[in-house]
Amino acid sequence: MSIAAQTDSCPRQPIVTGTSVLALKYKDGVMMAADNLASYGSLARFKDIQRLHPVGKYTVIGAGGDMSDFQYIQKFLEQLIIEEFTSQDGHDLGPAQIHEYLSQVMYSRRSKINPLWNSLLVGGFKDGKSFLSYVDLLGTTYSATTLATGFGAYLAQPILRKEVEGRENELTEEEAIRIMESCMKVLYYRDARSLDKYQLAVITADGVKISESRHLSTTWSFAEGIRGYGAQTQ
Amino acid sequence: MADMVSIPHSQPQQHQFNPYTENGGTILAIAGADFSVIAGDTRQSEGYSIQTRYAPKVFRLTDKAVLAVNGFAADGNMFVKKVRQRLEWYRHAHAKDMPIRAIARLIQTMLYSRRFFPYYVYNILGGIEEDGTGAVYSFDPVGSYEREACRAAGAAQSLVQPFLDNQIYFKNQTPAPGTSFPGHLSLSTVLSLVIDSFTSATERHIEVGDGLEMYIVLAKNSPSIQSLRDIRGMSELTATEDGERVFVVRRDLKKD
Amino acid sequence: MSVYRSPGFDFSNSTRNNFLLNKGVPLPKATSTGTTIVGCVFKDGIVLGADTRATEGPIVADKNCEKIHFITEGIRCCGAGTAADTEFTTALISSNMELHALQSGRKPRVVTAMTMLKQTLFRYQGHIGAALVLGGVDPTGPQLFTIHPHGSTDKLPYVTMGSGSLAAMAVFESKWSANMERQEALDLVILAISAGIFNDLGSGSNVDACIITADGTEMLRNVDMPNQRVQKERDYKFRRGTTAWTKEDVRKFVVEETVTSTDEMDTS
Repeated sequence: MSIAAQTDSCPRQPIVTGTSVLALKYKDGVMMAADNLASYGSLARFKDIQRLHPVGKYTVIGAGGDMSDFQYIQKFLEQLIIEEFTSQDGHDLGPAQIHEYLSQVMYSRRSKINPLWNSLLVGGFKDGKSFLSYVDLLGTTYSATTLATGFGAYLAQPILRKEVEGRENELTEEEAIRIMESCMKVLYYRDARSLDKYQLAVITADGVKISESRHLSTTWSFAEGIRGYGAQTQ
Repeated sequence: MADMVSIPHSQPQQHQFNPYTENGGTILAIAGADFSVIAGDTRQSEGYSIQTRYAPKVFRLTDKAVLAVNGFAADGNMFVKKVRQRLEWYRHAHAKDMPIRAIARLIQTMLYSRRFFPYYVYNILGGIEEDGTGAVYSFDPVGSYEREACRAAGAAQSLVQPFLDNQIYFKNQTPAPGTSFPGHLSLSTVLSLVIDSFTSATERHIEVGDGLEMYIVLAKNSPSIQSLRDIRGMSELTATEDGERVFVVRRDLKKD
Repeated sequence: MSVYRSPGFDFSNSTRNNFLLNKGVPLPKATSTGTTIVGCVFKDGIVLGADTRATEGPIVADKNCEKIHFITEGIRCCGAGTAADTEFTTALISSNMELHALQSGRKPRVVTAMTMLKQTLFRYQGHIGAALVLGGVDPTGPQLFTIHPHGSTDKLPYVTMGSGSLAAMAVFESKWSANMERQEALDLVILAISAGIFNDLGSGSNVDACIITADGTEMLRNVDMPNQRVQKERDYKFRRGTTAWTKEDVRKFVVEETVTSTDEMDTS
């Protein structure tokens, strides 16, 4: 197969990948979390990759899946923001517009059978309103007060729903951080493609803030008491 | 092609990208004499996961037409977007809303134009015909359609449609001697049947649940408005009382 | 034809079945218990938990089935996977455990049941689709295992299985602690099963739990029922005579018989 055919139409497979992204709505806006790992198959290849990316003044996107596709997305969104800025028409792109644009790109790429291999969360805060939505390589979109991609959909979403649903207008930033931390910990315990180093993004009326890398403290002491997997006692 | 069949799969096949998925849920529409009810649950799922408990599958197109879409959610949303765009162009060109039978034919051609890369979506269009009668049009993914009195589609179609056949068309029922079944059911009866269809489908189908959204389209000056007064959780979407009127009713369904 | 037979089971039928499958003859679909099942060690024993939904593809086959099976008085087993396989395998091992207890004159142990189960399942190379959570208290103390369909086992202080296992495990990973009290452990198990019920489509309806301590076993059937059926809007009672018929045929099933006496037999 020629190189042209491969890049033009044949679907590729994800190579360097990121795992889950988590997000929730709270009192002051939206919070998002993702660890710093980019895996190469089962190899923990890059351990200081940032998977949360600010777009404009009101929005953060978080990506799971192929990291090169994610970098391409960052590039064209940057271009979009510049074009929007240079027009100086008194409008700027909020999270809803960026999500809509991304959805159209993702859907048209899937329709060309040449998808951008990502699961993306778009979170933001503009004009006093929180925004949180999902889009993936198929162009499937949805929104909810809590969202999680990848393994997070199975491991973190149940906790997020239990803790957040119905309380999104009273949750403080401190509580939100605590919830995120406990979910990231669960993911580190059970997702073999995850890392104990992650970043948090908060998007509020004050704008976008993406934290420095944070470390998860985990305990493995219960393992001392386990002997074997069956009849063994020593 | 014989030699292609005989080639053994010596190495693992590179898994092909599948541009489709199935997002569960069920939709349903019933036409009355001068009204139409179009409903859908609000759960969006993939595999055994709930993606969201609230993703609308029923959309108001005009004051007299409502479209329900079910199947692959990305295709569904894109299809609704494109239909709405065509309806807006029509409005600009003709200074009026497109009649429902024309919308139905438009949807057919739009679906068939993608015959070899279909929108993986089952459509049900409900609303009021130009003669003031309630209408339901149902479509397959590539554009075959017909006008009916009622239709269920989606994950729980096989559970709901037989129930509707029995309760709307009175299939397998003989009337009491000297009487006959009514040709059209009242709005309150239809709403009850829709609610019971969804609570039952929620009990027995894992992909149905979370919420129910019912759109009610009434013909001009329809007396059916009376039976809407005591409906819990209802709100009106139309601004004027002199044309067709659209209402929406939202209810909770079980979340397990 | 060779008279030699290789040791162990013969799986040639599965080759045939796969061939038929490829030719478009599917196997009959079995009822599966989609399922969230869990087990958890606490201070004085074990708490087992299960949801009560059984499915056939996307259809709910049973809204309130029992997934916590009896092995012995102090040992119980939660089953996920093919419903028939979990029922028959646990029943077989329950029977053999009773015989073993009678034979040895000792209290049955959880490791014995675990070993019997894993050896049974391993012999069938995964064709018996039973994924189990086995727990109990015996003279050696509280014991908790998972057994996978291929026969591998795990021994951990908290375990989950089935399609809702990740949702339930997330609860354990964030809330479990060593040496919990009885009520604390039960509440945690209910929380873990509820996470499965509300987030996994394969799980649903009610929560069953079973608390096993050295003092005895308490089976808590439907400890939590968060999914009660709602009242229907209409009454669907049909008028008598609704169903049409083409032919009427009335028969009398009582046989008329007349008893006539004859001369008594000479029995002298």
